[in-house]
Amino acid sequence: MKEKGKLYYWKSEYIGRALVTFCGLLIVITTILIIAFICGKGIQSFTQNGISLKEMLFSTEWKPGDSNPKYGAVIFIAGSTLVSLGAVLLSTPIALALAIFINFISPKFGSAILKPVLELLVGIPSVVYGWLGVTILIPLLRESFGGVGFSLLAGIIVLSVMILPTITSIASDALSAVPFSYLEASYGLGSTRWQAISRVIVPAAKTGIFTGIVLGLARAFGEALAVQMVIGNTVKLPSGLYSPTATLTGILTMDMANTINGTAWNNALWTLAMILLFISFFFIFLIRMIGRRGER
Amino acid sequence: MVSRMADKVWTGVFYVIAAFVVGLLVLFFATILSKGWGFWQPDFLFGRPSNTQAGGGVGPQLINSLYMLVITLLISVPLGLGAGIYLAEYAKQGRMLNFIRLCIETMASLPSIVVGLFGLLAFVTLTGWGYTLIGGALAITILNLPGLTRICENAILDVPSNIKEGSLALGATRWQTLVRVILPAALPQIMTGVILAAGRIFGEAAALIYTAGLTTPLLNFAADVSSPAHPLNVFRPAETLTVHIWKLNSEGIVPDAKIIAAKSAAILVMMVLLFNIAARLASVALQRYFAGNRRKTKKKMSNAA
Repeated sequence: MKEKGKLYYWKSEYIGRALVTFCGLLIVITTILIIAFICGKGIQSFTQNGISLKEMLFSTEWKPGDSNPKYGAVIFIAGSTLVSLGAVLLSTPIALALAIFINFISPKFGSAILKPVLELLVGIPSVVYGWLGVTILIPLLRESFGGVGFSLLAGIIVLSVMILPTITSIASDALSAVPFSYLEASYGLGSTRWQAISRVIVPAAKTGIFTGIVLGLARAFGEALAVQMVIGNTVKLPSGLYSPTATLTGILTMDMANTINGTAWNNALWTLAMILLFISFFFIFLIRMIGRRGER
Repeated sequence: MVSRMADKVWTGVFYVIAAFVVGLLVLFFATILSKGWGFWQPDFLFGRPSNTQAGGGVGPQLINSLYMLVITLLISVPLGLGAGIYLAEYAKQGRMLNFIRLCIETMASLPSIVVGLFGLLAFVTLTGWGYTLIGGALAITILNLPGLTRICENAILDVPSNIKEGSLALGATRWQTLVRVILPAALPQIMTGVILAAGRIFGEAAALIYTAGLTTPLLNFAADVSSPAHPLNVFRPAETLTVHIWKLNSEGIVPDAKIIAAKSAAILVMMVLLFNIAARLASVALQRYFAGNRRKTKKKMSNAA
């Protein structure tokens, strides 16, 4: 009887437990595999093709097709950084204003209309954003500033719309986590709503807002197609806001299929993918640091 | 007096910004629908694409997108649910759990193109499959697994613990409690999360370019299932609707590429709208069906605590 009970327990507990533990471990294994695969491939341009790390990270010359090929990734790193930073700069004030609006100005309108609107904005696929950029934004820019329209500025604007919901939702969570008594105390001291928001609530929610900004930055950095469709993809450093340039993700989407596996050019592209991976690690590190400082 | 004025001005500014964002969405939908008007015509929805002439449809791409969605959900929901259960019920606090959380965080922040390139190495080259639908599905699974895991974990943790304790006290094992008691109670939340994830899966493109490919063989239901022409064969290249828009934009040579792209965008946006509405309806309906007045009991509990 005891034996049977044991078997029954084994069947009704350990099999399921083993299955879900496997699922948990699968995440760990996959993550490690991704890092190992990308790094293993990305490091080949240094080990096999003899490209120096210094050239890759500090040279602005990207001429993989030349007889004297050059593999400098600065243009792409700069392009990605500029477009993401620009998007965050443009998006953060709007996102913060929306978060404040949802929490303090008109929660009713916020939850009935703004939240569903933001959910839909999240849901729009990135190619559709790219398509909207090409259809609405590029002609608009062309009419106002002349030229081709495909530019850093176009990339910034498209990305800023894409990361708006991310920053808003995290900033909104941060704002709503501020104890209500703070607001009451501020009102009690005779402040207006704007004074309470700007001097008490927002500073108190600083950590969460920064987390939202970094997450938005990370999303902007990793976005590929929408940016690639509007930024122009010219391999040179941008001379201004209204000049075309290229990003890490853009060059990867375009060139990976055009190069032959194992060549120096192809390996250099894998190194760009590895750089992209490291940058996303850096963002995770940053978010963890912000979280830790916030706890103190 | 100045501070009162400032307050009023800023309140106005907030209203303007909120209206601006709503207006932006309206503008997007208006543009997409007006440019892609007529996307519901059967000729377009089910027609074969043409590489050279105007008037082609997106039939194969639409089938690929939907089939990709189904396959991806079949793979990623069980895995996400399993991982969520593990984290919520079985994992012990400590280094291992911290490491798993770090992995989830890492996975969640991977750029989709990097996941696509990993797919190129792992599911295209290493396995020798070439560009396949299943490779694409596995790549999007990687992208969505962290999100699904989090949804399932939170849904399970949100189930009131007295239900669980009651079941355990009646002699059920933890697993039995989980399957018969906790999961049904957590289902509404999980369903909502899964439907929203489905919207994201449907819209993914960057991870698919190098895994599912940019082409589709001529599909034919009469073909053998093992042949790449059969629509249900997962080991065939499968260009989805999203990838199709991107391809039309960057290298389209069809004379009506612009119109096809606009109509495809309209289909995508309609699907997104549908998923959002479905998620809302499902959460309301399921909640009512499974848990009755769950919200009330929750409030009571927090009062008691």
